[in-house]
Amino acid sequence: MPKDNSIHSVLIIGSGPIVIGQACEFDYSGSQAARSLREEGIKVILINSNPATIMTDPMMADKVYLWPLTAESIEKILEENQIDAVLPTMGGQTALNLCKEVYEMGIWEKHNVRLIGVDIAAIDKAENREQFRQLMIDIGIAVAPSRVANSFLEGKEFAQEIGFPLVIRPSFTLGGSGGGFVHNKSELDEALQRGLQASPIHEVLVEKAVLGWKEYELELLRDCNDNVVIICTVENLDPMGIHTGDSITVAPAMTLSDTAFQDMRNKAILMMRSLGNFWGGCNVQFAQNPETEELIAVEINPRVSRSSALASKATGYPIAKIAAKLAIGYSLDELKNQITKTTSAYFEPALDYVIVKVPRWNFDKFKGANDTLGLQMKSVGEVMAIGRNFTEALQKACQSLENDAVGLGYYGKNLMRSEDIVEYIKVPKWDRIFRIKDALMQGVTVKTIVQATGIDRWFIYQIQEICALEKKIAQYTLETLPLDLLKEAKKNGFGDEQIATILQNHVTEEQVYEKRKAAGITRVYKMVDTCSAEFEAKTPYFYSTFEG
Amino acid sequence: MPNSQQPAILLLADGNVFYGKAFGKVGTATGEICFNTGMTGYQEVFTDPSYYGQVLIMNNVHIGNYGVTPKDTESKSVKIQGLIARNLEEKFSRYQATGSLNEYLVANNIVAIEDVDTRALVAHVRTKGAMNCIISSEILDVDLLGAHLATVPNMDGLELASVVSTTEEYEMGNPDSPVKVAVLDYGVKVNILTCLVERGAHVRVHPAKTPLSRLKEFNPSGYFISNGPGDPSAMPYAVETLQQILQEDKPVFGICLGHQLLALANGIRTYKMHHGHRGLNHPVKNIINGICEITTQNHGFGVDAEAVRNHPNVEITHVNLNDDSIEGIRLKDKPAFSVQYHPESTPGPFDSRYLFDEFFTLMKN
Repeated sequence: MPKDNSIHSVLIIGSGPIVIGQACEFDYSGSQAARSLREEGIKVILINSNPATIMTDPMMADKVYLWPLTAESIEKILEENQIDAVLPTMGGQTALNLCKEVYEMGIWEKHNVRLIGVDIAAIDKAENREQFRQLMIDIGIAVAPSRVANSFLEGKEFAQEIGFPLVIRPSFTLGGSGGGFVHNKSELDEALQRGLQASPIHEVLVEKAVLGWKEYELELLRDCNDNVVIICTVENLDPMGIHTGDSITVAPAMTLSDTAFQDMRNKAILMMRSLGNFWGGCNVQFAQNPETEELIAVEINPRVSRSSALASKATGYPIAKIAAKLAIGYSLDELKNQITKTTSAYFEPALDYVIVKVPRWNFDKFKGANDTLGLQMKSVGEVMAIGRNFTEALQKACQSLENDAVGLGYYGKNLMRSEDIVEYIKVPKWDRIFRIKDALMQGVTVKTIVQATGIDRWFIYQIQEICALEKKIAQYTLETLPLDLLKEAKKNGFGDEQIATILQNHVTEEQVYEKRKAAGITRVYKMVDTCSAEFEAKTPYFYSTFEG
Repeated sequence: MPNSQQPAILLLADGNVFYGKAFGKVGTATGEICFNTGMTGYQEVFTDPSYYGQVLIMNNVHIGNYGVTPKDTESKSVKIQGLIARNLEEKFSRYQATGSLNEYLVANNIVAIEDVDTRALVAHVRTKGAMNCIISSEILDVDLLGAHLATVPNMDGLELASVVSTTEEYEMGNPDSPVKVAVLDYGVKVNILTCLVERGAHVRVHPAKTPLSRLKEFNPSGYFISNGPGDPSAMPYAVETLQQILQEDKPVFGICLGHQLLALANGIRTYKMHHGHRGLNHPVKNIINGICEITTQNHGFGVDAEAVRNHPNVEITHVNLNDDSIEGIRLKDKPAFSVQYHPESTPGPFDSRYLFDEFFTLMKN
């Protein structure tokens, strides 16, 4: 279906202040959407209470309202402007909630404003825990056993019925706030209180916790003709139990067979179609039992999200930009791949590199905060690294964290005894990935680490390879370090500073650099082109790596 | 990190050389170079008979992560001639896996090389086109390899289907089923047979050069013309049999090579593509109902688009959204249709499984 020509002006709702759990990713999606609509000749009116954003630059939209994100603001904007449609899927949960509130007050209807991209029924099905659960049951997709409670007493009753461990998830909240795991009765009371309070409708879901299952996220696009594509599959290195925003994530999925992946793909598509009226970007999360490969649907978000921003950068496919075009009636096969300019936008990106995202926490600045990771997101940002293998990407990500780590090493810090480390890594904290490496350096087995953390052993094997390389490098001085080993280290993401630290003699980063430069071990630049080099790319972006 | 420090080499027919490290069997292998962009399903790809004669580059950078299992195979053995990748993984993680990729390749006598700059290599193949190549982890002398490479036959004009076809007939599915499908095996993938059997068919699979008279003894409700390797224009025997089959006015369904044969049987020429389509993300539009499908593809030959468009009795049903190539055709006067891509997928999306249902609808009418 071609563009809907009855839409001349669109209101985009931003996501407001940057808070933990909702940050600049929505500035990115909002800006992309505004640009995408304007190139179609559509007038864009934008509301966002946060002036410290790109999307509120005067050049991004035809009119920018730096007003509080309230129904009153929306009504005033609609009185001042002729607006045909509102696009609420670009501003995260905040925008969806506001859109729903305004809808319930009848304001959209009064001003003849259409919702595009999504309708209220679809929002409700995805966001209301009970509706979501029922929908999944209706379409034959497994969900964790759960009950919706609207009171403290109800919550306690259901908890007893389902049994520990449990998750308490408040309805309609942001970044998982107010949610938590409950292992026993004393934790339950507190979690119920907190959850009910956090929910704007005083509602929580009491759900069986699938701790230790693997977690995956799929980013999808759907158009008005019901065409669906999977843009990216993201594997969480950390198992279920840690908010995705606080998980180390990897793309493409590293440990999924095609059988397991197609099962996930089929279910994600079925879930997305079952939401009803929805055209745009969508995120689906699954938990997978590592032994049986059975899947449980965790959630579906009918909007662009933190993950879709990551997926856009990870694949090169501009999800928000295309989602905005789909919202105004285009179908995917009518649009071009924005990177190659010659092939179709209806396709599934193929990657010939590995993406690793590592969250960045700032517990130093939140004295007294509980630094254990769980359902509520605590990180304040994230880094994304690209490599031609997992180890390179992981180490590059760790180097970009701007903390004391150099690559995957925390050199110069007192190490714990290995028994203590194994205990320590049982509880997910910000430094777990570094402690896993410490444990492996001390000879703790992969099996022990897998048991302690629930992390898939493939990732631990890879970290073990980093350790093996580090041990080899440590046998040499800069002068005796073999060039093959130096090259191997660079291919596995070791920084020059890191190599300098590991070598027996005290050398500087510059000395390592000089040695490898003289040996011709230098960076090459590869493209992120959506198609793993199958087609020529016109507007790719680049990353550095080592080859040869 | 490479599993072995043993050097290995790739020499292309145009003289370009790429270096890597040994994996799998230590030895030498030759074939036509091609690449697959899929990010899952390496074992299914390696065992797909349509890859016979090919040395395969996997674009995805980690291969072997989830090991191997006899359940994820598309034929009884590995069919690629050789494998080229960036990182091949010996250590794997999957409860269902029965072994590592390395053990598997060794057991199947497959030479592989890893630690190759596959991205640069793919860009080269994309630009220069498909060509023969040689990989070796035992001979590192380029001149020696070049001499060996010169003896490798060109894929253009090469008949390979009868090499991978079954030598004996075999049956699958419920013998009492009223729906009987005679399969002509030019390198059929296991999941195609599974898709037929799952829908209730009694299937008999026949060697490539089986005459119509023998096929008819099965009293088939429909004929299935399989996928397979090599150049379809080098298969006059298959074209002739298919022309006879079409005279029967029974439903006919062809996949990949089967699609090309249906075109040839109607006088439409096929051609060798620049570097083919291989992967799990190829966009196809069904122009009959307007719905799009993400498809699995694996072909180095195509059917001539202009000849199809000008043919009075052939209708285009599916087109490729990237390059407008012909992805599906049907005959106007007979219940015969075919697609260039793989609706059975494995590996790949299930978007196109409906084509098997359509074949069954035709057979039941």
